[in-house]
Amino acid sequence: MTWEIVIGLEVHAQLSTNSKIFSGASTAFGAEPNTQADAVSIALPGVLPVLNKGAVERAIKFGLATGAAIAPRSVFARKNYFYPDLPKGYQISQFDLPVVGNGELTIHVPASGKTEAYEKTVRITRAHLEEDAGKSLHEDFHGMTGIDLNRAGTPLLEIVSEPDMCSAAEAVAYAKTLHTLVRWIGICDGNMQEGSFRCDVNVSVRKPGAPLGTRREIKNLNSFKFMQQAIDYEVQWQIDTIENGGKIHQATILFDPDTGATRAMRSKEDAHDYRYFPDPDLLPLDITPAMLEQVRATLPELPQAKQARYMNELGLSAYDASILTATREMADFFEAATNPSPALPLSGEGVITPPLTRGGREGFAGIEAKLCANWLLGEVSAQLNRDGLDMAQCPITPQQLGGMLQRISDGTISNSGAKEVFRTMWAEGGDADAIIGAKGLKQVSDSGAIEALVDGIIAANADKVAEYRRGKDKLFGFFVGLAMKASKGNANPAQLNEILKQKLAG
Amino acid sequence: MLDSSLQQMGSALRSRKISSVELTQLYLDRIAALNPALNAYLTTDAKVSLAQARAADALLAGGNAQPLTGIPFAQKDIFCAKGWRTTCGSKMLENFVAPYDAHVIGQFNRAGAVNLGKTNMDEFAMGSSNETSHFGAVRNPWDKHAVPGGSSGGSACAVAARLCAAATGTDTGGSIRQPAALCGISGLKPTYGVVSRYGMIAFASSLDQAGPMARSAEDLASMLNVMAGFDERDSTSLQREKEDYARALAKPLNGLRIGLPKEFFAEGLSNDVAQTVEAAIAEYKKLGASVVEISLPNSRLAVPVYYVLAPAEASSNLSRFDGVRYGYRAPDYTDLTDMYEKSRAQGFGAEVKRRIMIGTYVLSHGYYDAYYLQAQKIRRLIAQDFAEAYKNCDVIMGPTSPSTAFKLGEKGDDPVQMYLSDIYTIAVNLAGLPGMSIPCGFGAANNGNPGMPVGLQIIGNYFDEARMLNVAHQYQLATDWHSRAPQA
Repeated sequence: MTWEIVIGLEVHAQLSTNSKIFSGASTAFGAEPNTQADAVSIALPGVLPVLNKGAVERAIKFGLATGAAIAPRSVFARKNYFYPDLPKGYQISQFDLPVVGNGELTIHVPASGKTEAYEKTVRITRAHLEEDAGKSLHEDFHGMTGIDLNRAGTPLLEIVSEPDMCSAAEAVAYAKTLHTLVRWIGICDGNMQEGSFRCDVNVSVRKPGAPLGTRREIKNLNSFKFMQQAIDYEVQWQIDTIENGGKIHQATILFDPDTGATRAMRSKEDAHDYRYFPDPDLLPLDITPAMLEQVRATLPELPQAKQARYMNELGLSAYDASILTATREMADFFEAATNPSPALPLSGEGVITPPLTRGGREGFAGIEAKLCANWLLGEVSAQLNRDGLDMAQCPITPQQLGGMLQRISDGTISNSGAKEVFRTMWAEGGDADAIIGAKGLKQVSDSGAIEALVDGIIAANADKVAEYRRGKDKLFGFFVGLAMKASKGNANPAQLNEILKQKLAG
Repeated sequence: MLDSSLQQMGSALRSRKISSVELTQLYLDRIAALNPALNAYLTTDAKVSLAQARAADALLAGGNAQPLTGIPFAQKDIFCAKGWRTTCGSKMLENFVAPYDAHVIGQFNRAGAVNLGKTNMDEFAMGSSNETSHFGAVRNPWDKHAVPGGSSGGSACAVAARLCAAATGTDTGGSIRQPAALCGISGLKPTYGVVSRYGMIAFASSLDQAGPMARSAEDLASMLNVMAGFDERDSTSLQREKEDYARALAKPLNGLRIGLPKEFFAEGLSNDVAQTVEAAIAEYKKLGASVVEISLPNSRLAVPVYYVLAPAEASSNLSRFDGVRYGYRAPDYTDLTDMYEKSRAQGFGAEVKRRIMIGTYVLSHGYYDAYYLQAQKIRRLIAQDFAEAYKNCDVIMGPTSPSTAFKLGEKGDDPVQMYLSDIYTIAVNLAGLPGMSIPCGFGAANNGNPGMPVGLQIIGNYFDEARMLNVAHQYQLATDWHSRAPQA
């Protein structure tokens, strides 16, 4: 018996504004409890909300990035319920008129054991602005509950998808793509541990062709790994339940990472009547075409467009292009490193930032894209991994890396020399040229010097030369080794080979 | 001095005929003597008031006085005032000391005015008689067995009894105009959005509007000049150019077209009020005005619409009073739900609970469309009625309240009878229009009871406050109803 899985996601992305959505209090994470709770955050009598424009701009940005319609007029509504960390007794949210309408997101589902990698487009139903609640602290208060209202009023964008995903893999791919996008366009820091990106997953199963099954909602998943585990467990549980003659009841459930199981938190019967109505303290949110254009102008090139450009214009492989566009930091680093630093000698006048090129030798050109990609995905990523750093914390600047790549391209240093430059740069900093000079890593490409060096070796090893000339070809490597050693590794290897071959031939 | 206008008090202060400390002390002494019988003030703090008066005297001595500098005002206890107990007439906030100033309070402070104290009011401004106050009813200074009206009854009483130079009020369905009428003073509810609601404890956000209560239209204008203005902390505050509300006071009324809604002179209006209002209209004709009959066909729906929308908003606005962060918390409870239930059951009075329940009901799933949405639609129709009417007239006039002040306890058991005392004022809030009430005479004396004050309601078009004040002032130049004072 086969079952079809139906999954939809609700993601709460915390918007990266400095102040709260309806007041000037700070949104910084990790402050002492209630030090970022102003009169509005604690809902003193008489205080009123004032909408933070930065939150609206970020919502618009998201809408534009997903090809969604931005509502010219949307409305804030009150969602009424009592909870100690909800200071007003209602949450200001958007209900029937959200700011962002239908959009879509193309996801790349990686290959798994049975299936090849594929692309899929997931429809986004809506995205709306709302405020976060505070936190109830149940530990350390000896039978009482502590309330921290620092988070109360933090701006959230709730992004609701259609139930378009059919597997845990698709759900995770969607969540990851969304996670990349919100960081890429700079509206959310994506920090899942701090709760900046929280996922609720609606799961149901049905027989192919049957109407949608009853769904259960897994709340507050804060890692992709847990999401995968939770969905896998939940799907199996639902199938088992039905196959054993049971029925699925609508419920909100939690995933316990320690047991790997899901458990019901509350059933539909306890569902609140939230008594939504338009918030009379806030005017409808009107977004003018001018405001829309203003925000559009700040929208960066999106990852998928960038990826296509890297492949078509720079000739990079699909794999390289996808890794280079996995994060905004990586792409920015790549683009900065491939543009020669103004400090390097340019063949034009003044400081020109040349466009990215495929490399080659068109004028002064940029650093070869493929060379840069190799280094970024190779040495740089490996070192970052080793040191447990992310791209933003990379001790080498793109300009420094670019400077070194320039010296590889123009033959100043060999690959082995480059590795030493890189190691030094990573540990101590400094520009490539300075390191090359200080360490004497400049490749010897002067044929006179190499000839003199080779002559000396031939003279000092007459017996081995004789053996070689009698046909013991294997000894060639021995002579290369000696010559390289004599040059302290700086001899241009191709040149050295050629001269050695010539001289040994007699 | 007690009968002087704000302008006269201001010049006496500026010419140093009297100091602000002397004037403040004069009122504090009167309050000490008369308030126990009237219950107009909930909180006074002589030390703080006199300190403000001394600061005002320094400004006056330095020649840095503004028009209201040094003048003592009473503030309705709905406005948060830093360091002052701010109760909103409720047990829920019996011990709440506000840590910040409402916009209105800040404006008076910046003007150098003196805060004499906080005035009694119906609990959370829900009431038309001041009897729902947790701190006991206010007495009408014209007859201590009668109500002063509500919800700004404490302010109305304080102004009428000369316990302050003037006072602030708020008006959600008539809470400035009706007590002004019942106490024989002048009161103005401005266009919605003219005075910031920041720091004013919310009853029904889309209807609440603060305004001045004083002994004359001229005084109202001076106060509105201080109270009005854009405030970025209130999203519904209107961004408009600053105006001088006194600029048109002296204009003659020749050519003024007064609209009289036939619905305001129909069944339910008591005879003595009808006759007194008609006499006032006759006076206006003498002053050069003409009268046209108009119709506000949907105004009959104003009371039911109001009692859907206002409780709906209130049920949500009052959710923050949950005993968690501030305000009343029940002493004994078993768990969280029990704490909520007991704190709110014990902290709120009957009328507040009634409205929270009505509001919760009309917003509930399955009832929202039938009640809340329907009421919003009728609200628009009511506003359209006024827009239509203003094609044929400049101001609308009628009675403020269907009867003069009733006796304490008289309507206590019948909420609908109580709600009907705002039948002429509520539509104005629903439309967001400015409205005012000025004294225009006294009702019939009977059974040894004195005739009680009657209020004339003047309703203007949006932002026509200056014109309305002109209309009221010209009447007050020609009559002396506004200068009558109750016997102490």
